[in-house]
Amino acid sequence: MLQQQLSSQSSPEANLASLSNEFLTFKLGSEEYGIEILKVQEIRSYETPTTIANAPSFIKGVVNLRGTIVPIIDMRIKFNLGQASYDQFTVVIILNVAGRVVGMVVDSVSDVITLGGEQIRPAPNFSSTFDTQYITGLGTVDERMLILIDIEKLIAGADMALVEQAKH
Amino acid sequence: MSDNSHQGASPAASDGVDLSQFFQVFFEEAGENLSGMETMLLALDIDNPVEEDLHAIFRCAHSIKGGAATFGFQDIAELTHELETLLDKLRKHELKPTREMIDLMLTAGDALKAQLARHGGSGEGNVVDTTELVEELRMLAAGNMGDAKPKAQVRALDIVIGPLTNPATADNLFELFKEIPDMGIIVARDDGKADAGNKRHFHVETTWKDDELLDLFSFHVAKECIAIQPAASIAAKNDDAGFGLFDDDAPAATPQGQLTPQAEVAVAAQKAEANKPEARAQAAQSESATLRVNVEKVDQLINLVGELVITQAMLSQQGRALDPVHHQTMLTGLSGLERSTRSLQDAVMSIRMIPMAVVFNRFPRMLRDLAAKLGKQVELKTSGEATELDKGLIEKITDPLTHLIRNSVDHGIEMPDKRIESNKPAAGTIFLSASHQGGSIVIDVRDDGAGLNRERILAKARQQGIEVSDSMTDQEVWQLIWAPGFSTAEKVTDVSGRGVGMDVVKKNIAALGGTVELDSAEGHGTRVSVRLPLTLAIMDGMSVAVNGEIFIIPLASVVESLQVREGMLRTVVGQGRVVEVRSEYLPVVSLHDVLNASHTRADDSTPLLVIVESEGAKTALMVDELVGQHQVVVKNLETNYRKVAGVSGATIMGDGRVALILDVMHVVGTANSRMSNSPANSLKH
Repeated sequence: MLQQQLSSQSSPEANLASLSNEFLTFKLGSEEYGIEILKVQEIRSYETPTTIANAPSFIKGVVNLRGTIVPIIDMRIKFNLGQASYDQFTVVIILNVAGRVVGMVVDSVSDVITLGGEQIRPAPNFSSTFDTQYITGLGTVDERMLILIDIEKLIAGADMALVEQAKH
Repeated sequence: MSDNSHQGASPAASDGVDLSQFFQVFFEEAGENLSGMETMLLALDIDNPVEEDLHAIFRCAHSIKGGAATFGFQDIAELTHELETLLDKLRKHELKPTREMIDLMLTAGDALKAQLARHGGSGEGNVVDTTELVEELRMLAAGNMGDAKPKAQVRALDIVIGPLTNPATADNLFELFKEIPDMGIIVARDDGKADAGNKRHFHVETTWKDDELLDLFSFHVAKECIAIQPAASIAAKNDDAGFGLFDDDAPAATPQGQLTPQAEVAVAAQKAEANKPEARAQAAQSESATLRVNVEKVDQLINLVGELVITQAMLSQQGRALDPVHHQTMLTGLSGLERSTRSLQDAVMSIRMIPMAVVFNRFPRMLRDLAAKLGKQVELKTSGEATELDKGLIEKITDPLTHLIRNSVDHGIEMPDKRIESNKPAAGTIFLSASHQGGSIVIDVRDDGAGLNRERILAKARQQGIEVSDSMTDQEVWQLIWAPGFSTAEKVTDVSGRGVGMDVVKKNIAALGGTVELDSAEGHGTRVSVRLPLTLAIMDGMSVAVNGEIFIIPLASVVESLQVREGMLRTVVGQGRVVEVRSEYLPVVSLHDVLNASHTRADDSTPLLVIVESEGAKTALMVDELVGQHQVVVKNLETNYRKVAGVSGATIMGDGRVALILDVMHVVGTANSRMSNSPANSLKH
């Protein structure tokens, strides 16, 4: 299974060509998203994190994951998607990106699907909730449209305030 | 000198056995032997060498030689063989040790280090030319002490130049000797007149090599005309001069040209004489009882023990809910488990702790070389070498300490004559000490030099555009030193003075979670104090509840906790609240405010206060509840998240939840500044 880093410089077509094929799909609000399965470490149910003072509202806090302290972020809050409610069906996707382990709260997780190159289209350049630089393409499976995201770039991006940005 | 450099393929394959897998072990052991040898050489008393030390040094060289020969590193083997020969004679008392021998052996040690580095690395880098060293070692071993010098050898030469078409051109050689420093002395033997064959005769004493002289002379006369021969008649005089050079610092009476006066550097690690034999016996014992372990394995062990502590804490917590009568055996087992776990954790934590001696030991050599270079005399006194520090911290503290010591020698300690003028002993002293204080380790670097010059610092600060006023206290003036680019050094040496050092030192120490303080008295000396937290992964903490969340306060910082009665809280105008505790007024910091949490206690009239101490100052923290006191495993928050102000780490409680550990120093600092900035303070009487 080839796993290649997506570069921001290359054209969308070149990006698509280098995409790996398996995606984990999940729902945020009414939209469905897909991220590379290799970045996903595990999927857990939601447990109330320990809040961290003075953190942005979308960083819910940290939880104990078998001895490791993992921050939990709620994408629904960050990108204003749907209702940020927490019940027994709320799911947390634990990601392993940029050398860190981070948890992401989503509404629900669907399945892992394989997308062939012809099923992925480049994303049109419309301004949406996500800054489009994170969207690597749109996948179509049956009737569903999946918004494919470069999760590593998103998490490590400056506006997530998760990673200390080098200041000088 | 033959050099079978190791270039990827193993030169030591014999009988098809590939020895390259053992290279790493050889390099590590050789490195240890070398540093052991260096330490012992430095500590060797020339007049009264301890028998056991000589044997030990010999063994070091012998081991290195054996390993090098086995693995086919000819150059290392050759150099160590000469060392070994000399050391053998010393330990058999066939030769007496001299300062010059020690210097030469130290230089040989450096060369060996370079060779090892080259072989141990990629095989690149310059081949270390040890022909001279080998020669000099041989000469010393042969008992030929007169001519052998660790630095350059002064040679007396008879130079005949000619035949020359214009004999006067040879006079230009005088100019050469005049203009080029350290070249030596030239004297005409022919009264400035050419002889019958149009040749000129000169007598030269120089440290330069023949080919270097030829190169230089060829500026004025053709190379083929120059004939250089050793001057036989001068050799005898050289011997005396050679001896004279070691005892006599005065540059005058020696025939040498420009050799810098040998600065006496008496560097002695001061230990009580009585302790020496015991320390030696102990050292011999511990040598054989050590084990080489990969650091990663130790770290893994520490992590696993940490997990064990968490699980055990959870079990203990569950156990408390059990009926003691029905579950007697279970509870007994659990308390036994708790005892064993605590012991295990103490033992494992101590594995990574290394005594400060490891850091201190590199300084004698550095000081010796440095002082010699600067022409100063410096002694090093250490105390607290046995104080232990985590391995990771030790590696990171070495650079800042090195810089501080270099600063002391370069700028602090004055030249010997100036010191004598001020009624100080000619040799300056640097005191290095380490000690445990509370939950920190304090390392002091103190010198009895000139101290910080207040006026110079103020002037330099003004020059750099920093706001200063003459009414600043001494302490405030010293703080200016930390500014980047700040240096009052009159000239920049390659040792220090560029103004790059002090702020980097402060930054490095802050990165370790420590603090550094300066104190100085002009004319008497300077003291720099470095305070580092003992970053134990497991520590004792007191858990408190603030707004329903649990926070841990390091127990080492907690002085006491109390419930305040009505009226004990007062407000100081514009400063915030204070509480009176046994006739001492302490500022009150509400953790709710610091953590931006909302108040859950409706009734603040009898708040719970936890009094903490940080950097000598006490503060009272207001919390909702005192939950308990237990050992916590410190987890790093920054591994997956980032540094959070006011929080020094996180831990996992018995119920599996995460609790944040307060950074007491920061909480106190922030809240205090916030208090003084806030326009309105709630009034409570």
